[in-house]
Amino acid sequence: MSQTIPQQPIEYNMKVVRQFTVMTIIWGIVGMALGVLIAAQLVWPELNFNTPWLTYSRLRPLHTNAVIFAFGTSALFATSYYVVQKTCKVSLFSDKLAAFTFWGWQAVILAAVITLPLGLTSSKEYAELEWPIDILIAVVWIAYLIVFFGTLAIRKTSHIYVANWFYGGFIVVIAMLHIVNSMAIPVSFTKSYSIYSGAADAMIQWWYGHNAVGFLLTAGFLGMMYYFVPKQAERPVYSYRLSVVHFWALITLYIWAGPHHLHYTALPDWTQSVGMVMSVILFVPSWGGMINGIMTLSGAWHKLRTDPILRFLIVSLSFYGMSTFEGPMMAIKSVNALSHYTDWTVGHVHSGALGWVAMITIGSMYYLVPRLFNQKEIHSTKLVNVHFWLHTIGVVFYIVSMWISGVMQGLMWRATNSDGTLTYSFVESVEASYPFWTGRFIGGVFIVIGMLLMAYNCYQTIRAGRRETAAGNVVQTA
Amino acid sequence: MSSFWSAWIIVLTLATLVALIWLLRWNMKNYTHIEEGQEMDHEFDGIVELNNPLPKWWTYLFWACFVWGFLYLALFPGLGNFSGLLDWKSSNQDVQSLEESRQAMEEAHEKGMIVEYDRAVRAAEEKYGPIFEAFAEQPVEELAKNEDALDVGQRLFLQNCAQCHGSNAMGGQGFPNLTDDDWLYGGEPNDIKTSLLQGRRGNMAPFGEQFSDKEINELANYVASLSGRDRDPDLIEAGKANFAVCSACHGADGKGNQQLGAPNLTDDVWLYGGSINKIEETIRYGRSGVMPAWKDILGEDKIHVISAYVYSLSNDE
Repeated sequence: MSQTIPQQPIEYNMKVVRQFTVMTIIWGIVGMALGVLIAAQLVWPELNFNTPWLTYSRLRPLHTNAVIFAFGTSALFATSYYVVQKTCKVSLFSDKLAAFTFWGWQAVILAAVITLPLGLTSSKEYAELEWPIDILIAVVWIAYLIVFFGTLAIRKTSHIYVANWFYGGFIVVIAMLHIVNSMAIPVSFTKSYSIYSGAADAMIQWWYGHNAVGFLLTAGFLGMMYYFVPKQAERPVYSYRLSVVHFWALITLYIWAGPHHLHYTALPDWTQSVGMVMSVILFVPSWGGMINGIMTLSGAWHKLRTDPILRFLIVSLSFYGMSTFEGPMMAIKSVNALSHYTDWTVGHVHSGALGWVAMITIGSMYYLVPRLFNQKEIHSTKLVNVHFWLHTIGVVFYIVSMWISGVMQGLMWRATNSDGTLTYSFVESVEASYPFWTGRFIGGVFIVIGMLLMAYNCYQTIRAGRRETAAGNVVQTA
Repeated sequence: MSSFWSAWIIVLTLATLVALIWLLRWNMKNYTHIEEGQEMDHEFDGIVELNNPLPKWWTYLFWACFVWGFLYLALFPGLGNFSGLLDWKSSNQDVQSLEESRQAMEEAHEKGMIVEYDRAVRAAEEKYGPIFEAFAEQPVEELAKNEDALDVGQRLFLQNCAQCHGSNAMGGQGFPNLTDDDWLYGGEPNDIKTSLLQGRRGNMAPFGEQFSDKEINELANYVASLSGRDRDPDLIEAGKANFAVCSACHGADGKGNQQLGAPNLTDDVWLYGGSINKIEETIRYGRSGVMPAWKDILGEDKIHVISAYVYSLSNDE
């Protein structure tokens, strides 16, 4: 078939996508390496070298901020900018604002890297950064919102693709959560106090905290899934109507789920019940996303044998399914009575973070890097395969260690003697946890080694791409 | 909660669930113009979507969750002020004091309400109360030789006292060592029990304004010398001259006063550290230590057993 009118290639803004992609890989290594360091500190406390800014208490928030906001959010910036342009057939709404979001966001991360080890913290989990940085986050985020929705507004397609619903939902809700939860009265440039108090403060914090997971780490990455899974599998999305139900149900229910972080506390009973009911129902729409992703592979299952990138994407969906089943179960009060405050929670979070978020990101990055840097494919598919196995083994090691130690801790804390006294003191449960903390550390090492391989692989791809570009060749990608 | 906010919660919660049910029902039907199983009429960067129906088992799961959710909200508190058909509460959340808590517990018990915390406490008291009553009948000195009682006492100690006094009861800076037979408030069974039941407040006034840095240094040297430490005789002599102020509590000989909880300064046991620096800090800024009162938390019978355990630590045969 010959075309009479040559198609005008659309000039996409890939510069900002490239920038965020490279930073995703770098921050991924930094954030995960920090995780390994603090995991090691739990086993060998000497590793803080008696230095205040290397203590667990200061590096732990740095680790969480680095993986969620540096690694995860950079990945969301990169992929959302890429996907929204490709699926709307139009370049970004504003290149200047997009560049601002890149440099602004890197400034936020840099500020976190400096202030958190110094011990400057608002003490709100996952919202530790102090008020001047909070303001910068709000400004950058609103710029992001304008770029993303502006691009949707000027799209050249009649419909909006489902991936963009999820990206859009995540961007709007994170703006709301961040601004409401970070409301504080500054007492100095580096110290502020929350404007909420008591149980209401705790509720606002976990409304934020759980939805940072629900929107940033779930909805955002579902957006990623809806583009990269059908692309890499080269198969149609399984069910349009399933995506309609599970999108609306997911974003409606998630916002109610925060109280399950505060079971058996001073939070009123009614709040705990409502939070628990919504969390349990949430299980069904969460699985809607998994079904839609995995069923997209029907007719292409054989590709899993040869394509480690697709394997990353599909295994991430399995971990997603697992942790979105586990989460609602843990939100049930009587289960929570056993699991809360134990390593089980840590294991659950990491099956989501390392299994779902990291694997879908890694798969998407392997897809993106050659396409962004003028290459047909990644430098070494073999290394991608090695990375896949290192990562999978690492995650399983990590989660299983935490499951065992978490359930063990929960059982030890509630064990009583015939006289009604508790059988174990707290420190005995700490002692019993050591082998599993070592197991977690080993799992973490596997994962970081995998990330280093990824960095090498991507570096080689980018270098080869640069050579082609310098020679004036344009490599066609699929 | 005012009836406005109660209604707000009820309407919002139910409306959310109803809207989701509508969403599910709407998407169970094929409202598109595309035949089921065929491609939708839009395409994005090469991605097409199929118009497959929702998986049946998945919709059943959704329905089951809705039914369970409504059932739960009918039985348990959740819909605003509606307390649920079971009349269940986790605890009496609105009490402001221990007194109110006890009253609320009695009331709930009389009315036959299910207050989970109250029930657990009552059941535990019925089951374990007699064990501790039996222990309480024996004097502390006797109990301190009873292995069973000491095991129980140690467990109670580890769960309630070890946070400050340490798992081995050897204390730390600001928290007395309970194993060295050196007592701030007396080591007789009754003294120990009183400390546990009623708590203690140890206060040393700050003298930073009354004495110059030089005088504080001299005093610190004198105090160190009381415990037999080798210090510059001139400093000791100069410090001694000002010790009269300290002797009001610590006694002229520095041997302390258990009535006041004033430490003995002559036994080389230092609650807040025995270096000249630390002693100076104590004199300059004063100290205040608090041992909480455990009577209302643990009850007298359990405290009796803990007293025996603590007593045994310094009276081992």
